[in-house]
Amino acid sequence: MARLEIKSEVNGIIWKIEAAPGSRVSEGDTLVIIESMKMEIAVSSPVSGTVGEILVTEEQPVAQGQAVAVVET
Amino acid sequence: MPRPLNDIVSEPRQRMFHKVVVANRGAAAARVIRALRKLRIRSVAVYSDADRNAPYLAEADESFALGPAPARASYLNQDALLEIVRAARADAVHPGYGFLSENAGFARRLAESGLCFIGPSARWIDEMGHKTHARALMEARGLPVGRGSGVLPADSAGIVAAARTIGFPVLVKPAAGGGGIGMLPAENEGELIKAAERARSLAQRGFANDQIYLERLLVRPRHIEFQVVADRHGGVRALFERDCSIQRRHQKVIEEAPAPGLVRAEADALGERIAATLGELGYDNIGTVEMLRGADGEYQFMEMNTRLQVEHGVTEAITGVDIVALQIRAAAGERLTECLPERVEIHGHAVEARVYAEDPERFLPSPGPLTVYRPPVAEGIRVETGYAEGGIVTPYYDPMIAKVIAWGRTRPEAIDRLSASLREFAISGVKTNIPALLKVLHADSFQAGDVHTGVLGAIMAPPTAAMAK
Repeated sequence: MARLEIKSEVNGIIWKIEAAPGSRVSEGDTLVIIESMKMEIAVSSPVSGTVGEILVTEEQPVAQGQAVAVVET
Repeated sequence: MPRPLNDIVSEPRQRMFHKVVVANRGAAAARVIRALRKLRIRSVAVYSDADRNAPYLAEADESFALGPAPARASYLNQDALLEIVRAARADAVHPGYGFLSENAGFARRLAESGLCFIGPSARWIDEMGHKTHARALMEARGLPVGRGSGVLPADSAGIVAAARTIGFPVLVKPAAGGGGIGMLPAENEGELIKAAERARSLAQRGFANDQIYLERLLVRPRHIEFQVVADRHGGVRALFERDCSIQRRHQKVIEEAPAPGLVRAEADALGERIAATLGELGYDNIGTVEMLRGADGEYQFMEMNTRLQVEHGVTEAITGVDIVALQIRAAAGERLTECLPERVEIHGHAVEARVYAEDPERFLPSPGPLTVYRPPVAEGIRVETGYAEGGIVTPYYDPMIAKVIAWGRTRPEAIDRLSASLREFAISGVKTNIPALLKVLHADSFQAGDVHTGVLGAIMAPPTAAMAK
């Protein structure tokens, strides 16, 4: 089983968590939505698998490159 | 050289406001504070925790902390603002643009407390803020309005029926929206249902109103908007037009005045007609009527913004009129005839570029510290900003860090000056869209005045992210 850390592309604030730990996701499914400078940026899973962990909470600031979720394949 | 701003706007006869709270941040706050100072009105700045070191705070006579960084806790927090207005014993509020500038509820709360909202009366914010009402109002007065729907029903069949009446492609828009947020195109019925669902959610989140409607999507239209200013006595004046066709995600990036390639007499006739219509309706402060101009040269009314516009500076540069000072004086009850000469003329050409903290290729936000920030200083160049070196661009607000306005005797001279200044603008710590701006300014199509809302997309990579409030 591989654990893949999913990282934010931008500095921003977590607006919404879209996937629960343990749930199945397909490639391209949204895991969390980040809000930055009045834009929403979806962080999606690059692979199909199971959500291992969500590492952030709503309204939490995140930095570019910071891991926001773990997907297990 | 352009004449100094406000050269042709006469001195106010009386000091009309004692003290004004500037309910905004960044370049908007800096600009309004400057206008108040010129009018010798005391200014009160407000700031969120994220903006506590903003450079313009020192320019205001007083400043008050407003609350935490998120806008809803600070710049949109009406209770906190009203408390500051009372504590400072101010008699008016200037909302700038964005935030509460088109919030009729806030304007009413001020009026009920005997305070002045520097903008049109609340009823006009309501009338024009609801896009389908505004369209109906203008259509009834004989202004050209393109094909569109009323507020859409909830059911898919009703939405599809409305789109069929208009004809694809259509644009789904929030009825209470603005700023390009929640506007989604649809080429067919499948796309339409998805777009409607998403637009509804963005509209609810952005504007606390999930009503949406459809407009016919014009192919390669120009965005041309007409600046008007009105007083509280029925006086309305047209101050020419701006072309704001260079956009990304339905947000303006480069604006200019006058619009290139128009027959002057025709543009002026439309401006006068719009001013006359607003006069008949009783409109009573600054406003901008946004029109789309199709490839066939036909105009259609899009919407009216009942506030100061971000891009007001290009109109100031070609007319010499200080639009912000004029707006404040008109709100205080002065007549336009006391503030403006009988004839206002166009001198030269002005182009503005909005410098955004964003990736120039993917247009993704790029907040961060401004480790280097040196705006250009040159003949014919004016920079409006709310930042200084050492400041931090946070993710909480919109990505605009500066506006660079270039005036020239001709359009090519204005473009050259703008291009030279943008190349000189030293910014480190955040990525900016300056490379994208330069690509547009140097593109043959732009230089030829062949502008339409698809120009930026054609020059740059397509945008990847959707809009939210």
